[in-house]
Amino acid sequence: MIPALVIAAVVLTASSGLLGLPLRRWPARAQRLSSAALCLGALVGVTGAVLALRAPTPPALALPWAAPGGTFSLRLDGLSALFLLPVLVVPSLGSIYGLAYYPQARHGARAIRLQIFYGLVTGAMALVVTAANAILFLAAWEVMALSGYFLVVTEHEDAEVRRAGFVYLASAHAGNLALFALFLLLGQVAGSLDFGAMAGLPAHGGVAAAIFLLALGGFGLKAGMLPLHFWLPGAHAAAPTHVSALMSGVLLKTGIYGLLRVTGFFEAPPAAWGTVMLAGGAVSAVLGVAFALAQHDVKRLLAYHSVENIGIIAMGIGLALLGRARGDPALVLLGIGGAVLHVVNHATFKALLFLGAGAVVHATGTREIDRLGGVARAMPRTAALFLVGAAAICGLPPLNGFASEWLVYLGSLRTALDVGAAPHPHFAVLGAPVLAFVGGLAAACFAKVFGAIFLGQGRSPLAANAHEAPGAMLAPMLVLAAICVVIGLAPGAVLPWLARAAAHWSGLPAEALAGPAAEAGASATRVSGVAAALVGLVVALAAFRRRRLPAPQPRAETWGCAYARPTARMQYTASSFAEMLVVRFGWAFFPRARVVPPQGIFPRRASFEASVPDTVLDVGVAPAASFLARLAARARSPLLGSVQLQALLLVSGLVALLLWLALGGSPT
Amino acid sequence: MIRAAISFVAFLALSPLLLGVVNRVKALFAGRTGPPLLQLYFDLHRLLGKGAVYGVATTWVFRAGPVIGLAAVIAAGLVMSFGGAPALVAFPGDFVLFAYLLGLARFFTALAALDTGSSFEGMGAAREVTFSSFAEPALFLCLVVMARASGALSLSGMLGDELAAAWHVQGPALLLAAVALLGVALAENARIPVDDPNTHLELTMIHEVMVLDHSGPDLALVQYGAALKLFLFGALVVRLTLGFPIASPALSLLAFLGGMLGFGVAIGTVESTVARLRLVRIPQLLVGATVLSAFALVLLLR
Repeated sequence: MIPALVIAAVVLTASSGLLGLPLRRWPARAQRLSSAALCLGALVGVTGAVLALRAPTPPALALPWAAPGGTFSLRLDGLSALFLLPVLVVPSLGSIYGLAYYPQARHGARAIRLQIFYGLVTGAMALVVTAANAILFLAAWEVMALSGYFLVVTEHEDAEVRRAGFVYLASAHAGNLALFALFLLLGQVAGSLDFGAMAGLPAHGGVAAAIFLLALGGFGLKAGMLPLHFWLPGAHAAAPTHVSALMSGVLLKTGIYGLLRVTGFFEAPPAAWGTVMLAGGAVSAVLGVAFALAQHDVKRLLAYHSVENIGIIAMGIGLALLGRARGDPALVLLGIGGAVLHVVNHATFKALLFLGAGAVVHATGTREIDRLGGVARAMPRTAALFLVGAAAICGLPPLNGFASEWLVYLGSLRTALDVGAAPHPHFAVLGAPVLAFVGGLAAACFAKVFGAIFLGQGRSPLAANAHEAPGAMLAPMLVLAAICVVIGLAPGAVLPWLARAAAHWSGLPAEALAGPAAEAGASATRVSGVAAALVGLVVALAAFRRRRLPAPQPRAETWGCAYARPTARMQYTASSFAEMLVVRFGWAFFPRARVVPPQGIFPRRASFEASVPDTVLDVGVAPAASFLARLAARARSPLLGSVQLQALLLVSGLVALLLWLALGGSPT
Repeated sequence: MIRAAISFVAFLALSPLLLGVVNRVKALFAGRTGPPLLQLYFDLHRLLGKGAVYGVATTWVFRAGPVIGLAAVIAAGLVMSFGGAPALVAFPGDFVLFAYLLGLARFFTALAALDTGSSFEGMGAAREVTFSSFAEPALFLCLVVMARASGALSLSGMLGDELAAAWHVQGPALLLAAVALLGVALAENARIPVDDPNTHLELTMIHEVMVLDHSGPDLALVQYGAALKLFLFGALVVRLTLGFPIASPALSLLAFLGGMLGFGVAIGTVESTVARLRLVRIPQLLVGATVLSAFALVLLLR
């Protein structure tokens, strides 16, 4: 029954874009139909996921399938069901947003193509997180990766977009290569390509280490862990906004899901795995937010924040792996609980931020932060919703970002005390100050983004002509903001689900996790109490303030040291706001600046331009790739360029293979 | 519970007095009589009776800044343990909530500053968020040291009766942490050598320039919030340095208040005798505090 709901959801969402095709002559209706199909599919799937989370045992389904080594088997354990929720909710809200942001009536065939792949990627992601067979998983993964490419290159007239799309496609396939090798190895060790047979593998030896490293490479590339994040900022900036929200909010998370799934197969992962994840996550978090601080383009900036948040999630996974290595169920619960809750939370607030940024881009026509300003007066609702997302991503209470980061903090702090079966490696406690540093930098970054875009005065005419976003764009943002608030006020409500995911991931009996879960639940109740007190205090103080200042108060020019002719261009810009922090990361950045200094007593022209390219892509990968391409071009003999010769080579290769088979070679 | 409630009320009521002590000490050093000890109470009362003027660029964010800022600091007081008394709310990891509530206050103060559209206030906000992101790791390292030394993960446990035993065993580490914590407290509360609360030159200010445009009741909320925040950090430093157990709750409260008086005198002394650092040196001070507390942690974990 429950797997059937999931299959129905996959079919409905994947075909939602096609449903609109017959109505091409009525574009508005066609788009509404496909959006409705996507939402209906999501609703069906979410029902299935919630039912699966309440079922006594994980619901599963296995059907025969003609693919070699493949069975069409689905399984909804705690992990799959929890991932399924954001995977379905975020795209369905995005498609409603698309009604106003990317109307078919205006964009025609391009919007149709976008909707087809938007539905397809949603269905594929739903299948990825529920598949229980390697072949099915890889097939869904490939559909997801390819649809993602077509979504990125929606506006392919732009050379920048084509480049971002190509980088995405190339890195996605490099990752796929690692995944093929990974599942081949896993299949060989387990003797079957079914995930069920892979549970409880021994984690020692070179093969297990190779599997872990391949998972880190293949899935890390999809998740965007530093230094494998290089495809991500370009792709997120190039895609239409609701596609960016989908990619950043949930597509990246399939990489996290894969990492969790594969590490969950092993009986007792060595502490080194946890150490690698924890350290990698910490580096990803710090440098992700540092790169974000240096960006001028709001969508690139948000994309780098995904790198940061993936780092925080990886830190949680690392702690859980350490907990399993040392036999400490409480650490497993806190690590996995923090990581999985942060997956859900990041999906909501990052989608909210992207949709909010998209509304601003829609209204002003620019993504340059430094050309905006004062937009909150024209777009008060968008501003308020964006602010909720900004506070949530900084981990500020009483919003959901705090709840998940707090769990990761608790896990990290636990390693400082000598508790559990065996003492933990103490370096893990350094996760707490690292998270604090990341939190401080994130707050700085979002003070910059929100301040420069929404507050103050418009820095260009673009900002002055802004208009409030239509209801179809505001409603999805409102839903996402509400989720942020609800999870933030009552984090204890989701703890049983997190404990279930932790039990299914680690293979620990539910009883072993019940104690730590109850303890964390009691603490979460107190967090809720303080959060409620905070909200009450804000309401009371606001009422007090209003009683003191009833009538409309006089307005005056902002104090500017008595300077008589202030202009909006004299405001502190986003670049100068972040400058003090950015210079301290100069060792990682390779910033480029073009300065024409003012000269003479009456200087005529002076200019300053600065940009921070992506260190890994623009300094590392791209030059290396073009060097390889040049080398390959030189190595290729001109003769081989002819089609006939290539056909001949192909045919002779085939013949050789056939001969080898005929002479008794075996294909395996 | 009653003890916690009394401490909390003392926190709300006595915070402005602490600033009065600091200012009186500074006046004595300068050879002046100085303002009365209760000056901030008079100021708050006067400001609450006044109207307010708003900049033309400001929106509701500017009005929300002081309200959320004060509410967050009061909420942070809910989890703080004052002088060894248990906090009103205590749970493992509550100091994370404490630090993030102060972060919430800072975030909205910075946004309110940016809302004015003034480049001075933008400058102040940029400095505030920059320096605080360097202060956060130091603060957390100090708290981790205290957690490790006392074996508890809640502020009430860390600052409770186990602290005395911890001083016997882990004295040097706690001493280093206390020094680092004092540095963080000075930075977070905009005191010399990081920031000068009395300066009149916008270009050199950090916290004061951010609240330059607030007036009337809004300014009262901001100033009261700043006093509460100083009291919170004072409570942390004082209890850490005076960690001995006292059986009688009343005596213990008295000892704590005496310690807070000493904290006020110490801040006033530092402000009168130390020169303000150049802006570029401030991150070095904070990184220094981070290194000190990291060293303390190493001592504990060796």
